[in-house]
Amino acid sequence: MSLWEYANPARFMVLSARIVPVSGGLAALCLVVGLVWGFFLTPDDYRQGSTVKIIYLHVPAAMLAINAWVMMLVASLIWLIRRHHVSALAARAAGPVGIVMTLIALVTGAFWGQPMWGTWWAWDPRLTSFLILFLFYLGYIALWAAIEDPDTAADLTSILCLVGSVFAVLSRYAVNFWNQGLHQGASLSLDKEKNVADVFYFPLLVCIAGFVLLFVTLVLVRTQTEIRARRLHALNLRARMG
Amino acid sequence: MIRLVARDLMLAVRAGGGFGLGVAFFLIVVTLVPFAMGPDTTRLSVIAPGVLWLGALLACLLSLDRMFALDFEDGTLDLLATAPIPLEGVVAAKALAHWLTTGLPLTLVAPMLAVLLNLPAQGFTWLVVSLALGTPALSMIGAFGAALTVGLKRGGLLLSLLVLPLYVPTLIFGAEVARRGAEGMMVSTPLALLAGVSGSVLALLPFAAAGALRVNLR
Amino acid sequence: MPDLGKYAVSVLSAYGATFVLLACLVIWTIWRARRVARRLAEAELDMTNQRKRPRG
Repeated sequence: MSLWEYANPARFMVLSARIVPVSGGLAALCLVVGLVWGFFLTPDDYRQGSTVKIIYLHVPAAMLAINAWVMMLVASLIWLIRRHHVSALAARAAGPVGIVMTLIALVTGAFWGQPMWGTWWAWDPRLTSFLILFLFYLGYIALWAAIEDPDTAADLTSILCLVGSVFAVLSRYAVNFWNQGLHQGASLSLDKEKNVADVFYFPLLVCIAGFVLLFVTLVLVRTQTEIRARRLHALNLRARMG
Repeated sequence: MIRLVARDLMLAVRAGGGFGLGVAFFLIVVTLVPFAMGPDTTRLSVIAPGVLWLGALLACLLSLDRMFALDFEDGTLDLLATAPIPLEGVVAAKALAHWLTTGLPLTLVAPMLAVLLNLPAQGFTWLVVSLALGTPALSMIGAFGAALTVGLKRGGLLLSLLVLPLYVPTLIFGAEVARRGAEGMMVSTPLALLAGVSGSVLALLPFAAAGALRVNLR
Repeated sequence: MPDLGKYAVSVLSAYGATFVLLACLVIWTIWRARRVARRLAEAELDMTNQRKRPRG
């Protein structure tokens, strides 16, 4: 039994149909627990006041915004190397989810920055990088939408995703060079000393789990939809031919 | 390959080729800036390097969608793909021709336009150097974007959406060289980084662009 | 309801914006999933019906 068996669309449909209710339920549970815990049961930060509660949305969304792109990159590579259609469709499915996560990270960041930094937006390296990431997502989604032939679209978007990844990383460092930032360091790291305090840490972990599960669920559902849409397209073509 | 470059140059220079359109566009953008920002020369001289870089970048974008589209439509590209030279070479030749008809003229007229924007005298050299180093990368990235969108009916706007984010690193380093040059500061760090970006783009992107072309020619 | 102090507007609008965006994403995903699944079912039904019918 290997992982590649799930590259078969039929097997993927069976498996994902089993996973989706579980992951969806867990996502809802984690999000409710994490956000209620974070919103109602944690104290205010002594410097940031109640705005610290935004962390429960901002950090998970930002993590997923980047990791969704990484997932697209991996799926694109699998498509280019092993030609598994499910992989290409999963990459396509992740695009809109990733862009919404990026948007959430940007918007929550703006609402946090307004009282804390005194500005909605600053041309800080991290913020700027996210804006650029947003543009990359836009281009990727637009390219998928523009090409009719499914295999051509999968190939070209995969190439764009590969090249885009290199340029996204490059832009990240270019932007770092271009302007010094206001943004604090990472909220989570393995180095315990630099971490946020425990009171905020545990609900944050639950929220991250919730966001990740939500992402998995959404991507699975969207991949199913893409598979069905492709089968529908094929059936329509056959009906017209015959 | 030299023939291919020469052919593209001929086509561009002939009537309807659009040669000089980029330069004209550059001139217009630079002329419009003072209308938007006010005629204050001290303010203009501060923003001059950035405006010149942005203008050059946008002018580069103008002629990108024609790079492969005409050859794709009349079948020349199919012939080139089966020709003995590798497709990567074709892409590089096309990008070179694009640079010779767009990037190079832009670099050459930039100092004249810089006068209009009151760029400090010490900045001229670095402006030209940064453009000369950066515009080949712009042409090559553009060739990649054009290769991605060549099969599309209305690829023009999509092409801009795809290519502009890829221009970010080149723009940052290039404009930084020009800005530091104008302010009389050290330029070696951004200059080295700009050269690095351009070099790696020129070395690697022909393969990606050729891959995209092969998909589109299938 | 915890006391959010002077930052109440920021915090609540951040939560509000996130919920709206997430809700849009989830609803759009489910809506599209249902629509495509339904149309596929219809198309497959058509196929089987066509096969049963003798061609003429």
